[in-house]
Amino acid sequence: MDLATFLVQCLNALQYGLLLFLVASGLTLIFGVMGVINLAHGSFYMLGAYMAYALAPAFANLGGLGFFATLAAGVVLAVVFGYLLEWAFFSFLYERDHLQQVLMTYGLILVFEELRSLAMGDDVHGVAAPAWLSGSIPLGTLMAYPVYRLFISGVCVLLALGLYAVISRTRLGMMIRAGASNREMVSSLGVDVRQLFRVMFAAGVALAALAGMLAAPVSSVYPGMGNQVLIICFVVVVIGGIGSIRGALAAALLVGAVDTFGKVFFPQAAGVLVYVLMALVLLWRPGGLFKAT
Amino acid sequence: MSARAIRIAVFVAAALALALFPLVGGKFGVDFVTKMMVFAIFALSLELLVGQAGLVCFGQAAFFGIAAYATVLATPRTGAASVWWLLPAALGASGLFALFMGALSIRTRGVYFIMVTLAFSQMAYYVAHDTPLGGGTDGIYLDYTPALGIAGTPLLDLGKPWPFYYFVLAMLVAVFVFLGAILRSRFGHALAGIRVNEQRMRAAGFSTYPYKLAAFVLSGLVAGLAGFLFAVKDGFVNPELMGWNVSGTVLMMIILGGIGHLRGAVIGAFAFSLLEEFFKLDSVFGDFAKHWHLGVGLAIIACVAAMPHGIAGGRLRRATASNTEDAEVHRGKP
Repeated sequence: MDLATFLVQCLNALQYGLLLFLVASGLTLIFGVMGVINLAHGSFYMLGAYMAYALAPAFANLGGLGFFATLAAGVVLAVVFGYLLEWAFFSFLYERDHLQQVLMTYGLILVFEELRSLAMGDDVHGVAAPAWLSGSIPLGTLMAYPVYRLFISGVCVLLALGLYAVISRTRLGMMIRAGASNREMVSSLGVDVRQLFRVMFAAGVALAALAGMLAAPVSSVYPGMGNQVLIICFVVVVIGGIGSIRGALAAALLVGAVDTFGKVFFPQAAGVLVYVLMALVLLWRPGGLFKAT
Repeated sequence: MSARAIRIAVFVAAALALALFPLVGGKFGVDFVTKMMVFAIFALSLELLVGQAGLVCFGQAAFFGIAAYATVLATPRTGAASVWWLLPAALGASGLFALFMGALSIRTRGVYFIMVTLAFSQMAYYVAHDTPLGGGTDGIYLDYTPALGIAGTPLLDLGKPWPFYYFVLAMLVAVFVFLGAILRSRFGHALAGIRVNEQRMRAAGFSTYPYKLAAFVLSGLVAGLAGFLFAVKDGFVNPELMGWNVSGTVLMMIILGGIGHLRGAVIGAFAFSLLEEFFKLDSVFGDFAKHWHLGVGLAIIACVAAMPHGIAGGRLRRATASNTEDAEVHRGKP
């Protein structure tokens, strides 16, 4: 493997890891703060990808800005959807045990998948990257790297920084961190926990949907795409430690690297390597790398 | 009549009803009830973990699928294998995987445990999905139905629907009685203690890890038996047997039937299979029948929202209570 190939794989690993982080951060916050295990989180990723496919024609006449308009519209829709979903299905799950949360969200997955099938059919769709992002940057003499993938990584880094700033510097972030360590106490201190949860849930849905929209031009849009991401994100959350954003970032990058380089070096065993990594981490630290307490 | 006598009477009546069913049920009926009984065994394996030991496992399909694959892969290409060694081989495969998966996942608790078991079962799924060993995504066929006989004399032809029906029924009764005996034993009481309050069990001098691991492996073996029967019944295995839909389905079965007693698992398996079959009816739903997942999904949501105690009633055991201190606090609210 020459240097250029190695560099390309590194960039791929980074891009995949950062994308995983967007989905996993919402998942880990919903676990950590709200105490709800949300199997339907992968569906939000799928929702985003299908929105990128379905909304793009509506903004096609805006030219180069159309892509951003699609992203913005998708995020707004996802926030509204998340807010309503929390109100209708999740708000009464907090007092139930994990078993019931698993079932309820499992039922939601089945419903979302079938609604998707009813609304959009079962075909695989491609989504075009915007024209001004569709070029490639030459690397060495033989290799080239698509600009759009760099764009994904850039957006993800910006969002990660933004998320970090919100969590560590703002009042909302303070309440979220406090909620993650002691829900009851935050509630007795006069914070409207229900409202906090609803906002956080909506934000988590929006992040996952945004990840889906960004990934759509690279991965295309297909049935069942959410479930695949969900399971990998579970691995990320378990490795990183539930409720820890830092852990989710570290674990997502680690999983991205193991998966990408696994496919290069051990193509036969690539699907399993991530789980082996998880098993090793669990042996070493059953609470994850960055246990949030 | 004491409560125990009533329970035994109901059990015997149910077993008799199942034994007499082939006299009235047609070919389709016999085949369908066979499938329901296989799933009842599968559900019993999960009930042992979730309802009795308080371990919410979301990867039960792995044991089911691994045993089914082992059944097919261990059958020689030249002729039928004997049940006497094929069944232990299949159970051995699922039991070993349960030992590996349990040894790692039991170190975690609560939500972690759910996710880790799911992730491990997905690992098994991807091995079957991506490697050519088991035919990849296409799956593989079982060329010869295993032979059941003693010293060369055949007892039952498992390839025929009726004999196979009685073979599965005998297995279901055996598993039910066996698990019932296990739960009444010292081991079963220890599991109940762990479910209700693991801290206290530890303080009382029980090393809880081996008990939980033993329950996990036992559950894997019983699920493996269901997988073996499923492979023999369909004569075909594919990676979807290990998919998380299967784990979700079997979890749904025991919830629907009511967690906390063995009969709930059997009732739930039967009820859920009938529900699925209902949503697949062309005569009721027309073209919509191919979207039967939607109906099942809505039924699951409605069931969680309205009937937290399941069909068979009984107390709702806080299955994960002992496993999350966090959940304990959270649930303290009125």
